[in-house]
Amino acid sequence: MNRRQITLITTFCAAILLIGVVVGGLTLGEERLSTNLDIRNASPSLEHPFGTDHLGRDMLTRTLKGLTVSIGVGVIAAAASAAIALVLGMLAATMGKAVDAAISWLIDLFLGVPHLVALILISFTLGGGLKGVVAGIALTHWPSLARIIRAEVMQLRSAEYVQISRRLGKSRWWVASRHILPHLFPQLLVGLVLLFPHAILHEASISFLGFGLSPHQPAIGIILSESMRYLTSGMWWLAFFPGISLLIIVRAFDTLGDNLRLLTDPHRAHQ
Amino acid sequence: MLLEASEIGFRYSKNQWVLRGVSVAIRSGEVVGLIGPSGCGKTTLGRILAGYERPHEGSVALDGKALPATGYHPVQLVFQHPEKAVNPRWRMRKTLAEGGGPDEQLLAALGIQEEWLSRWPNELSGGELQRFCVARALRPQTRFLIADEMTAMLDGITQAQIWHAVLDYARKQEMGVLVVSHEKSLINRLCTRVVDLTQFC
Repeated sequence: MNRRQITLITTFCAAILLIGVVVGGLTLGEERLSTNLDIRNASPSLEHPFGTDHLGRDMLTRTLKGLTVSIGVGVIAAAASAAIALVLGMLAATMGKAVDAAISWLIDLFLGVPHLVALILISFTLGGGLKGVVAGIALTHWPSLARIIRAEVMQLRSAEYVQISRRLGKSRWWVASRHILPHLFPQLLVGLVLLFPHAILHEASISFLGFGLSPHQPAIGIILSESMRYLTSGMWWLAFFPGISLLIIVRAFDTLGDNLRLLTDPHRAHQ
Repeated sequence: MLLEASEIGFRYSKNQWVLRGVSVAIRSGEVVGLIGPSGCGKTTLGRILAGYERPHEGSVALDGKALPATGYHPVQLVFQHPEKAVNPRWRMRKTLAEGGGPDEQLLAALGIQEEWLSRWPNELSGGELQRFCVARALRPQTRFLIADEMTAMLDGITQAQIWHAVLDYARKQEMGVLVVSHEKSLINRLCTRVVDLTQFC
């Protein structure tokens, strides 16, 4: 097998894994989540592969539901972030020097503040919950993609066919939407996929810290933060399985994004 | 109509003038050659005339009036490398339509075949692409054409065909042409007058 086939297969496996988790999380019934005090704090068994928690709820079901929530938050937040990046990147590159300086300053500002600090501030100000987390992640993850898009647009803007289009009497808006935007889609798609793991991890970490989703939602961050209380009494499975699952999902997304980048890069088309 | 560049000065870096005190005038229907050694500003002058660059000194005027900054530019430039001058993600029909609807007669004169219109740019050769670039620039609103080494990378037959079509069109539409080229023989063949940039180097 050559490298391209291997890349295709890993991409396919990562995609299957992610779809499997989401489908599992959405189709699994609530009955395995109901309180059952007979089997509370059971260690992993065939019946409950991830064990049960202090209320007798199946941890596998909770983990899958939690991952589904996390992936949902990740998708929405990453898409919003990519949209912000696209708009600001395009504006910076097309609206003249003053706008460019202002947006570049904003990018530097957001890159200079640690993600998590800005995220906690925004989420806390908006009152936490799903809305706060999504807004927080969307507002903190756009700068690096915006910078890439700005550079890309600047390069396209100096392309001869774009300059010719202007001399043929086409407006800035016409040129931006017909010539420049279609060239940005590969960059945008890859940037979007690479944003997911960041978004998911940050959602989990601020939920863990208590600034994110409410404890009623089975988000992975909530599960992990609950498990901390029982970890010292030897119930390792409460933290171990959800944590490992989160890592695997993040790796799968990362692999997916990296592979998409490799597959769409024309210089690597023949490897 | 008269396209007039007077006392043009232009520089890319601070203290190094590429052009200084250059004046050129072209009348409608005239075919003027522009020659000079490499790096003496032939292309830059062409870009200034077609509105791609703003001169740091002097001005370009069409019939005494400044050229429009937006809208269709009456002075069109055809570049040396056609593969850079078309959007690689557009089919040729769309590229051709960018300047306005295609003129069947002109397409025939330039030897553009119907089946090329539905192709992507990377499915055409340089000569075929350059015909499209010429066709795109030749609209009724185009009063002057700057041909910057327009046929330098083409074979003799293609060169002859394209120039025949362009000169024919220029005669019919009373369009002025500025031929920027290294090739003395081509300039002698086409032009009624020659401007030499050597004196400004």
